Amino acid sequence: MPLSLIPAEFEIRRNPDLCIKCGVCTRQCSFSGQNINPDDGSISSDDNSCVGCQRCVTLCPTHALQVVQRPEQGRRHAIWTTATRAGIAKQAETGGMLLTGMGADKPFPVYWDRMFLNASQVTNPSIDPLREPMELRTYLGSKPNQVEFDEQGRPVTAMPPQLRLELPVMFSAMSFGSISLSTAMSMARAAAESGTYFNTGEGGLHASLRQYGANAIVQVASGRFGVTPDYLANSAAVEIKIGQGAKPGIGGHLPGEKVSAEVSATRMIPQGADAISPAPHHDIYSIEDLKQLIWALKESTNYTKPISVKIAAVHNIVPIASGAVRAGADIVAIDGIRGGTGAAPTMIRDNVGIPIEFALAAVDAQLRKEGIRHQASLVAAGGFRNSADIMKAIALGADAVYLGSSALVALGCHMCQKCYTGKCTWGIATQDPYLTKRLNPEIGVKRLKNLLRAWSLEMKEMLGGMGMNSIDSLRGNREMLRGIEMSAQELEILGVSPAGR
Amino acid sequence: MKRIYAKEEHCIGCRLCEIYCILEHSGHQTLVKAFADEENRPEPACRVEEDGALSFALQCRHCEDAPCVAACIAGAMTRDPATGVVSHDKDKCVGCWSCVMMCPFGGIHIDIEKGKVVSKCDLCGGEDAPACVAHCPNEALIYE
Amino acid sequence: MHRLPPFKIPAACGTAGILDRTGRRFNGEDIVRAMAVMRERGNGLGAGFVAYGIYPDHADDYALHIMAMDRDGLQRVMEFLPQVCEVVAHEEIPTRRTATIHDEPVLWRFFIRVPEGKLDGKDEQDYLVSDVVMIINQQVEGAYVASSGKNMGIFKGVGFPEPIAEFYRLEDYEGHLWVSHTRFPTNTGGWWGGAHPFGLLEWSIVHNGELSSYGVNKRYVEAFGYACTLFTDSEVISYMFDLLCRRHKLSIDLACLAMATPEWEDIDREADPERRALLTLMRQVYAGALLNGPFAVIAGYNGGMVGFCDRLKLRPLTAAEKGDRSYLASEEAAIWAVDGKPEVSWPIDAGKPVVFNLEEEKVASLANSR
Repeated sequence: MPLSLIPAEFEIRRNPDLCIKCGVCTRQCSFSGQNINPDDGSISSDDNSCVGCQRCVTLCPTHALQVVQRPEQGRRHAIWTTATRAGIAKQAETGGMLLTGMGADKPFPVYWDRMFLNASQVTNPSIDPLREPMELRTYLGSKPNQVEFDEQGRPVTAMPPQLRLELPVMFSAMSFGSISLSTAMSMARAAAESGTYFNTGEGGLHASLRQYGANAIVQVASGRFGVTPDYLANSAAVEIKIGQGAKPGIGGHLPGEKVSAEVSATRMIPQGADAISPAPHHDIYSIEDLKQLIWALKESTNYTKPISVKIAAVHNIVPIASGAVRAGADIVAIDGIRGGTGAAPTMIRDNVGIPIEFALAAVDAQLRKEGIRHQASLVAAGGFRNSADIMKAIALGADAVYLGSSALVALGCHMCQKCYTGKCTWGIATQDPYLTKRLNPEIGVKRLKNLLRAWSLEMKEMLGGMGMNSIDSLRGNREMLRGIEMSAQELEILGVSPAGR
Repeated sequence: MKRIYAKEEHCIGCRLCEIYCILEHSGHQTLVKAFADEENRPEPACRVEEDGALSFALQCRHCEDAPCVAACIAGAMTRDPATGVVSHDKDKCVGCWSCVMMCPFGGIHIDIEKGKVVSKCDLCGGEDAPACVAHCPNEALIYE
Repeated sequence: MHRLPPFKIPAACGTAGILDRTGRRFNGEDIVRAMAVMRERGNGLGAGFVAYGIYPDHADDYALHIMAMDRDGLQRVMEFLPQVCEVVAHEEIPTRRTATIHDEPVLWRFFIRVPEGKLDGKDEQDYLVSDVVMIINQQVEGAYVASSGKNMGIFKGVGFPEPIAEFYRLEDYEGHLWVSHTRFPTNTGGWWGGAHPFGLLEWSIVHNGELSSYGVNKRYVEAFGYACTLFTDSEVISYMFDLLCRRHKLSIDLACLAMATPEWEDIDREADPERRALLTLMRQVYAGALLNGPFAVIAGYNGGMVGFCDRLKLRPLTAAEKGDRSYLASEEAAIWAVDGKPEVSWPIDAGKPVVFNLEEEKVASLANSR
């Protein structure tokens, strides 16, 4: 096309009084937004190339740069916004689907923000986590209904395999391929050193991460990439990925550019070839097929590992989750509409699925009603931003949560949503060796461990404030939540009373 | 003695080490002033060597048996036996560049336009990390 | 009689229990003396007593103490009961007029049996819970079951303990175990049914404290078919004892272990691997049964009583013995008030149950005491 109609999204502002023409910005930009002129050393910016990742802004030693979102361009229109028109222009020029990365950026209601936690006053004392033990330890897996004893008083109840978490937080599934090895390494080590788990996603387990197998939840997804007997054996748990909150109902596509030699070896596919995960598992067309895969995986891991089933929060999540539990899932992970992704069609990400709050509340209530809640643990995923979100999810009924986006933000992600390009300037969602070096796993591990520690401290403080010293006493304790700005029906589904009641 | 080690697997080629080396040896307090004062702007003693994705920052290695010290005809290049630091005295330097030719690492630099004297790493900072190490954003330089 | 609002009311309380371990029966005057010295712990909005061994003539029948809003409510119970069981005898619970007790409900007791044919394969006690007690509480309008065990009964209402005892003529009853409760609810006018003890079958619960974990515990017992209609901690604790001891057949020690478990730190440090495995198993399975927040509970049953406190010991409970009698009370002064200085007394440890049983009927304990 001779003339592109796609407007620039960002404006790069350079303060000439501060710029020393050191060129750091030009070396950091992988989208050609900052360029140095070799003739005279002058630096020029190209707003049209800028993705707003803030890498140049962050690295500029004199803070001479700002990258800001451009205001609405042209005649203002509340419905036909610049972004809406830009999408049409892009598609008119390419004939392709709009692609994006990370979680939905539309102003969806975040129901966590409409729920408030409780605290003790007078009638029951709050507990000071600095003075009393405050327990966050959580076990994931199927639990028996009761403990039975023989005549000698010895327990005869066998405990199915459990995952022990020192805090009810795990790292969400992100495949090596969609993310760099140093990102995966950071999460693996941080999980191992913090007493929790990371998730391989569908990308297999790279040889250098094999040593963290005891903290790995390994995924078996529709593409079956990297699934070997050793992969299953060298894990803490196996997760069947049915769906993902950011793109329910569709598969995955890792472009060939990201299939480096290492990715190729780990996924067991040719280097440079696109890795296509089918939309469904082609051996799972119904719930009984899921049951077969669950039991096949239990059988092949000798009944030593919990089997998790990860499903996207869709309209009929309740019977699906119940079916998964009845099919033998030890853990059901539910990913809400705000969940992140390395690549998804924008229309799918922003329009398909339901918020995790409703899915979680409805599933927890139904499993209890059916008397099978103890048979599986519930893991909630999809846009957990802080420790309060997590506490509220646990009060709604989650056993633990998966962190994806917030872990990446801790590692440097600035949510430019260009993961699918493979040019992540932060070294996270890329396989380009020039870029992957930017995430030093030594630093990454520290940052992730700090995040988990900080959130643990906050969770303990909130728990103590509610007069409890164990996370067990918050799990499903909806009495600890009150809602605002919700309809009676929303409150009813969440099982939460309005504030003031 | 503590030395600077380069971790090439973590070097991202941003060259902030060079920029802060200049500031440290410029006599100015801010980068803006140091770079504005082009006349007196020193050559960075720390240089990033780069070939594609492979890069690392290089400074004088402060060799135990330093060839530059032996080669110096003016007695400007000396090694402190107590600290092990190889230093260069600009007042004594006559600009023969024998040290430049002898250094096996390319750790000594010259700026033909600005004069004859050479510049090299002086392990600035004393017990604290040198400027290049302190400002590396990715811990690709360590001082230990 | 007022109905309770449909939410939880925090309350602080005074409690006491007296057991004659030889089974010798004594009337209600002793427990009243104990409660009288703890007047500060109540505010006159609720008090009650439970007595075990008081109906020897009907020892094998379930004694249902019914509180009805009015005669119509009682009539509905009278029509309902014959459909689900055999009523052996029934009568009005004798009361006397007192100066401070008023607005009393219609108080009636029924002695009932469940004919084999009604059970339809169910356990008799399960049937009694699900098809009799829960139905009356939930579906028979204007009526509520105050107690439902054999050879025991709960006498409770709105008022301080002494007038309540006087009202119910407790000096006319003789039992081997008496437990009592006075209440300091932090809001609402008292409701007769909301007073304590709370009972289900042989279990009766008095409780001083507030469960921060109420929401978890409520949903936990609900998953096993119990309906929490009263929004009180004691109700949920009663169901928990019924579930753990009767249905899951745990010993009282183990049931208390599930409800006030050791901390993970202590479990991790436990030297005996078998014990450590047991504790881990109990915590994993019974996470929903953990009672959190301040509480001191006295649970009565036909064979004795158990006292236990939360894991941090945020509410007081003292145990004592003198002669054939064992005592539990919020304050030691209450024990002295009955029979002078006890031979031995000790404050109950955090999370560690103290069990007093009838001598001839030691309840088998499956686990070592913690």
